[in-house]
Amino acid sequence: MGKITLRNVNKSFGPVTIIPNIDLDIEDGEFVVFVGPSGCGKSTLLRLIAGLEDTTGGVISIDGRDVTGEAPAKRKLAMVFQSYALYPHMTVGKNIAFPLKMAGESAEVIDRKVKDAARVLNLTNYLDRRPGQLSGGQRQRVAIGRAIVRQPSAFLFDEPLSNLDASLRGTMRLEISELHHQLKTTMIYVTHDQVEAMTMADKIVVLNAGNIEQVGSPMELYKTPKNLFVAGFIGSPKMNFVEGAVADKFGARTIGVRPEHIKISTTAGDWKGKVGVAEHLGSDTFLHVHTDQGTINVRGDGEVGVNHGDTVYLTPMPTKVHKFGADGNTM
Amino acid sequence: MARAVTTQHKVIATAAAWIVALLIFFPILYTIITSFKSEQEAIQGFDLIPSWTLESYADVQSQYNYWKPFMNSVIISVGSTVLALLVAVPAAWSMAFSPTKRTKDILMWMLSTKMMPAVAVLMPIYLLFRDLGLLDSRFGLTVMLMLINLPIVVWMLYTYFREIPGEILEAARMDGASLWGEIWHVLTPMAVPGIASTMLLNIILAWNEAFWTIRLTTTEAAPLTAFITSFSSPQGLFWAKLSAASTLAIAPILIMGWFSQKQLVRGLTFGAVK
Repeated sequence: MGKITLRNVNKSFGPVTIIPNIDLDIEDGEFVVFVGPSGCGKSTLLRLIAGLEDTTGGVISIDGRDVTGEAPAKRKLAMVFQSYALYPHMTVGKNIAFPLKMAGESAEVIDRKVKDAARVLNLTNYLDRRPGQLSGGQRQRVAIGRAIVRQPSAFLFDEPLSNLDASLRGTMRLEISELHHQLKTTMIYVTHDQVEAMTMADKIVVLNAGNIEQVGSPMELYKTPKNLFVAGFIGSPKMNFVEGAVADKFGARTIGVRPEHIKISTTAGDWKGKVGVAEHLGSDTFLHVHTDQGTINVRGDGEVGVNHGDTVYLTPMPTKVHKFGADGNTM
Repeated sequence: MARAVTTQHKVIATAAAWIVALLIFFPILYTIITSFKSEQEAIQGFDLIPSWTLESYADVQSQYNYWKPFMNSVIISVGSTVLALLVAVPAAWSMAFSPTKRTKDILMWMLSTKMMPAVAVLMPIYLLFRDLGLLDSRFGLTVMLMLINLPIVVWMLYTYFREIPGEILEAARMDGASLWGEIWHVLTPMAVPGIASTMLLNIILAWNEAFWTIRLTTTEAAPLTAFITSFSSPQGLFWAKLSAASTLAIAPILIMGWFSQKQLVRGLTFGAVK
């Protein structure tokens, strides 16, 4: 079991409030991603759940048990850190065995569980090596091995893939997702990368300046963002925002159109502009078009035959236009 | 961009390093050479070739008791080091891992005490020792040397501990380690090189300390530093015997320093180059 509940949880460092009052429900077995820009408080929130930081106020419960004042070790949570945080003086086997040793397990149980974890994570041949002799991906696997061996009620991941190169990040992303399907244990994952959030999460929690802006499934957030911040943060490339007369026509202060919801034409359309940069990726074409409404990012399917300096006409799909009021919230 | 190092540069740099090293080592070398001379040879003037006599060593051993001050030096330097570590390890841990707004100020204040000339507090310390009955006692001297070297010990350990990533300690906490488990299984093994080099340096500093050891002792607690000065008598200076006594006094620490030089250099430069 791993149902985690936060009620009025807040955190201040002296006079500076990092997290104002937060309420959040994380269901058992869910893969929840905390996403937001740097300094939004997502890691602090994770550390509050872990018990590595004390709350200033509020209650954190795990499976209905109030753990607010409990030490990290007693919360039955496992954490994977951005820097892996492996014990450099211990071998891979001893690193994975450490939580079991601390729990007072017998040598036979430790040996069996370490071997099982190593087999799942393809680390069997590396059990006698030290962390310094492993690659980044292998180290991250050891950190995950150390976490799964305890069979915790929830896993906490603090930007675990940030130190890996792009290709390895993709592989590890899949491995963590598969691990979640396999273990069916609650996972809370912190990242600033919205692609990670969109591809891995059952539920995304978008944070901004310590506040929860929106909670929902990746598609909910993509299709019905609650406000300008969520609309701008979720989706890649970013949503285009247009104000002024164009927005007035929609009865809104600001309208938002995703790059993939704009039609491109070389002959006619709503907004005329000149192509600044054209990125031809084969599967997609990304255009940065300078228009009277500002620079508009457009995503075209496959190869679009326009280049730098060409004149193009852009037409937003009317049903896909997001309307925002003066307060920045969706209308 | 890496600078090209030619063979000529290497030869010049190596020669310069040898010259500087020999200049630094020369007083010690000349002391050792003089210790193998007779008293007559020793006062005759500068001469690098001794007659290789062990006369002075025999005199020092027969006329003076070398082993008593030697044992005093061992007890005082090792004792003050153990005491300093007992105080400094928890102090440095707390400063490194749960610093407060004033931690930096405390560290600077501790260091500033090392800048104070010792002679400025000679009188109050002497009177305090006299009133507490600590004059010429090994315990008093051990405490004194512990106190004067404590700032350096705390600073060295603090610098070392700061290099241990906090996330590793947090990982241990998440893995179910108690505070003791965290210290025993994770912190200590990772800090052993730092603690060892700090210990070595403190033993060397305590062994060589002369100002307080000479002024606060007479016979019972006198270490090797006081033993050397006893060769300066009203009848005159006996250079060969003085050199033999000095050689005997510095030999243990010189040998220890030689064998632990790698550890010492690593400890002293840790954090500076990384």
